[in-house]
Amino acid sequence: MSPLTTTRLDLGGLGLDRGAHLLIARALAALPVGGRVVLHDAGPHLGVVVAAWCRANGHTFEAPDVVVRGRALDDRWSGAERAGSPSADGIVATASPSWGLAARGALVETGGPPADFALLRRDELWADLAVRLYAQAAANQWDPETAIDWAAGEEHPLPADVEGAVVQVMTYLIENEQAALAVPARFLGRIHPHYREVVQLLAVQVADEARHIEVFSRRATLRGGQLGTSSAGGRASLQTLFEEPDFTLAAFLLSVLGEGTFLDLLTFIERYAPDPVTAQVARLARADEARHVAFGIAHVEHAGRADPTLLGRLRSTVERRAGVLASTAGLNADVFDALVVLAAGAWAPEAIGAGHDRVLALVRDMDDGRRRRLVRLGFPADEAAELSRLHTRNFM
Amino acid sequence: MSERASEPMSRCRPLVMGAVAYDAKVVTIWDGFRRWFADQGLPFDWVLYSHYERQVDDLLAGRIDVAWNSPLAWVRARRMAEAGGQRVAALRMRDTDQGLTSVVVVRRESDVQAPADLRGRTVATGAVDSPQGTLLPLSWLRAQGLDPGTDFAVRRFEIGVGLHGDHIGGERDAARALAAGEVDAACMIDANLLLFEREGTLPPGTRVIGQTAPYDHCNMTVGPSAEPDAVERFVALLDSMSYADAVVRPLLDLEGLKAWVGGRTAGYAALESAVDETGFYSADGHVTADDYAP
Repeated sequence: MSPLTTTRLDLGGLGLDRGAHLLIARALAALPVGGRVVLHDAGPHLGVVVAAWCRANGHTFEAPDVVVRGRALDDRWSGAERAGSPSADGIVATASPSWGLAARGALVETGGPPADFALLRRDELWADLAVRLYAQAAANQWDPETAIDWAAGEEHPLPADVEGAVVQVMTYLIENEQAALAVPARFLGRIHPHYREVVQLLAVQVADEARHIEVFSRRATLRGGQLGTSSAGGRASLQTLFEEPDFTLAAFLLSVLGEGTFLDLLTFIERYAPDPVTAQVARLARADEARHVAFGIAHVEHAGRADPTLLGRLRSTVERRAGVLASTAGLNADVFDALVVLAAGAWAPEAIGAGHDRVLALVRDMDDGRRRRLVRLGFPADEAAELSRLHTRNFM
Repeated sequence: MSERASEPMSRCRPLVMGAVAYDAKVVTIWDGFRRWFADQGLPFDWVLYSHYERQVDDLLAGRIDVAWNSPLAWVRARRMAEAGGQRVAALRMRDTDQGLTSVVVVRRESDVQAPADLRGRTVATGAVDSPQGTLLPLSWLRAQGLDPGTDFAVRRFEIGVGLHGDHIGGERDAARALAAGEVDAACMIDANLLLFEREGTLPPGTRVIGQTAPYDHCNMTVGPSAEPDAVERFVALLDSMSYADAVVRPLLDLEGLKAWVGGRTAGYAALESAVDETGFYSADGHVTADDYAP
């Protein structure tokens, strides 16, 4: 036997009960099939247990002290392949179902059941920006308990009618945030883990919405009263978000148009909030929502580069949704009125008039923002204006 | 003529194998192999037995064609076949069925240094029908000049009687009794010494005071009713199973082999002797052990 295929292994008295198999396996791994490891200074009755270990692992034991490398390990890994490479630069156009839940870049043994991830093509879910957005999202998580000065609510009691308006707005926000949580959550388990940055980002997005629901609920009940109303039209509008099975179209409707519109709404609420707690919850939620919008835009841009027909499909989606919602009331009238009162801050006729003007300005700002985003995605200005006009009156 | 042999022959008649349900995984293993055989064009089916004695009875009666037999079941099948003018053969076995040994172990601090020191002591074993945990190591001690039950007391741990030691529980309980100081020595297969030391059932420093000569374990026994063509195809397919094949590898892992190898019977000589020494079976394969009730 050539010296290259025979090696001496000094076990220093270590037994298989305390890990000697690791040393033997390591020595064998460096040899070709048929290579021999001669054991020295083996632990007690090592010959007995090494023989059993060899049998179970496809090697041969030659008494009293030689282990001959078998080919079982080579056979086990003969058809194995890497699940892409570890960094985000290594993502592939289509992830293999056979990679299952393996880490990206792992060496995947053949066999086992294929994983049932419906979203496994890069261009139907990816955005390069997801890597940076996830890092940002992870770094900017905030604790609802400490990020908001809840005690300030006690120090700024509001007139009952104004408080009622704030509660109505919060009631509306909770309903919308529940939709914004459920839509990405429904996609999360369907995305192949190869695209883990998107999965991670959406997971944090879901967690963001969970916090928003918490802080809006807490603000709504700060004074212990009842919550406001939930309109059938508002719920009908949100329902259409659930009915979109395509990830790109859902991201467009929810994040680009819906959450994009909410950026203006939350800015408005922060600006005219009659108390510091309302201002704080709106500000914190807005910072998170901006990330959601950024991913939505980045993904739709990515998908559009890969699919020249995408703009047409986006347009059809908006038109179809508008058609479905044409016969519904859209925004809860109580919400519109509550925004007026919130922006008025008082019940004097001139204050209400000013509040009304501010809400109309908000609606214009929302429309401007939507048109800007649609133009960025590639729509001509007139088409962007038309699509923005067709957007749900419920804002989200 | 057997019941099966009198049936009209059909090209579709599957080769029927018996297996003993010593663990739930047996269903996964043979259901997987059944589908694999079918994919390769061999009609194959299997039936489960709760213990080996009925499986051997049915093999010799022609109710099954082949049996996945323990070594003790092989010994009985061979005896019954020869007594009845029939023929059985060990077709194939696992690579891991060849060259096993059993050991007798004592605690680190024990004053027992050699088998002779076990006089007047208590030795723990597996179940009454365990080749590796009871019959073979006790036979080895007998060969060292010690008569079990006379020169030393035997404490058997009767887990899974009828499973011929396939259930690990008896040997593990014997090891636990040794670790707890309830017995002076314990018998087990070498692979279980490795396992019990690694999992901590046996404490560090456990000493081996005796080891049997190598023997063989299970085999795929073909009985008198099997169609030669089907058996030939069955053997060819067993031989073709590759550990590099991702479809069969999980089944091979569950069954504990890397490859099927040719069946051989020389490795059962020690067990034949042990069976005779204890009167476990008669020469014609009747169950004669009076304390054995599977």
